[in-house]
Amino acid sequence: MTTLDRFARSFLLSELVGGMALTLKYFFRRKVTLNYPFEKATLSPRFRGEHALRRYPNGEERCIACKLCEAVCPAQCIVIEAEPREDGSRRTTRYDIDMTKCIYCGMCEEACPVDAIVEGPNMEFSTETREELMYDKDRLLGNGDRWESEIAKRLELDAPYR
Amino acid sequence: MNEFLTTPIGILALTVAKTLAMLVPVLIAVAYMTWAERKILAAMQLRKGPNVVGPFGMLQPFADAIKMLMKETIIPSGASRLLFMGAPMLTFVLAMLGWAVIPVNDGWAIADINVGILYLFAISSLGVYGIIIAGWASNSKYAFLGALRSAAQMVSYEVSMGFVIVTVLMCVGSLNLTAIVRAQENLWFCVPLFPMFVIFFISALAETNRAPFDLPEGESELVAGFFVEYSSMSFALFFLGEYANMILMSSLTTILFLGGWYPPLGIVPFTWVPGPIWFALKVAFCLFTFVWVRATFPRYRYDQLMRLGWKVFLPFSLVWLVLTAFFLKLTGLLPA
Repeated sequence: MTTLDRFARSFLLSELVGGMALTLKYFFRRKVTLNYPFEKATLSPRFRGEHALRRYPNGEERCIACKLCEAVCPAQCIVIEAEPREDGSRRTTRYDIDMTKCIYCGMCEEACPVDAIVEGPNMEFSTETREELMYDKDRLLGNGDRWESEIAKRLELDAPYR
Repeated sequence: MNEFLTTPIGILALTVAKTLAMLVPVLIAVAYMTWAERKILAAMQLRKGPNVVGPFGMLQPFADAIKMLMKETIIPSGASRLLFMGAPMLTFVLAMLGWAVIPVNDGWAIADINVGILYLFAISSLGVYGIIIAGWASNSKYAFLGALRSAAQMVSYEVSMGFVIVTVLMCVGSLNLTAIVRAQENLWFCVPLFPMFVIFFISALAETNRAPFDLPEGESELVAGFFVEYSSMSFALFFLGEYANMILMSSLTTILFLGGWYPPLGIVPFTWVPGPIWFALKVAFCLFTFVWVRATFPRYRYDQLMRLGWKVFLPFSLVWLVLTAFFLKLTGLLPA
């Protein structure tokens, strides 16, 4: 009987018809496509995008040139040079990130003792030339100023889990 | 004017006009078939598909055509130049040739010849030459493997397809496509010959190298199969040829089994719609099913494909052919 049953099933193509019915059902389902530049998916507060160097509320830059991020970076894309500033505080004279090397692992923000280097929510920073992706200190501080409100919000949202 | 049409030049002009009237809609249908396929596949995978160029992405085929025309034609240094360039043209021309005998309405065929179905079958068999030549002339192992597969596959499925056609011909008693459709005025052949209809449709999938029988292309193992080395317009000609063949096969299915230009029921609301519209609707349904099948089934393994062709379809269609012959003879329905 089971042989007959199996024979009838394969002979009447029941599995094939079932599969076709399923795809037809999906044909009429609501589509999940996001119309990207106009619609965007929500980002996690932990999303690791473009880098930024933050400042204290009084405008002083946070980075103290400890070079922990440079040391921890697995792609070795960070280059830091430092010397004492006129007021005697230790600051960077050079903070470069090669964005073409960066793997967006987030180790630099983990390593940073003063929350200076962070990976922000921005992921739309494509450029037309390779050179534009060699970020220097001005660019990174500029990013920090531009994204500070969002970065602060993300840190606050993620704080309970840190 | 009527006298002019009987002179040799007049006949030539009339034929050219008829051919254009046939091929221009076919080419537009081919362009929109590529769009429709992407849309249907997308919908079945919960995506939206092309929707940026024009309303609902309707201008996408033209954008693609312009892109293809702008690209450089690359001829590999090891290729046989003449055959390499000839193969896509051959494929395209053969895909267009078949349309000469397709009756869209009663008497609306360019050439209403008495061996229409044989002509069509011969032309679709020749299609394998374009593929084989392309694969050989490319001088590439992937292209060559794709071409070999394609040749074996098309030859295998043509046999069972031939038996299916013979079954239909026995019920009609004519090789003329118009006569085949006329015989279905009261009952479409897909009802009494349903198993043959299914076999014919599946064989048509294999014949046009469509999923789940798209082994000649087989992206995952052969990159793109027989046309890996092609670019620009020579690639586009293969593409157009493939889609024109799909539409041709759908038309053949419509003519043999779905009653051509006849409405599903010979009563009032259906008979208001003109015949060519019914024909187009039926072809569109077949084409939708082509894409629907592609969205549903994974690709066959090569030995399974051969097994299905030779060990399932061939004996089955042969037995059904004999049964039909007996039935027609015993009931006296055999046409004279």
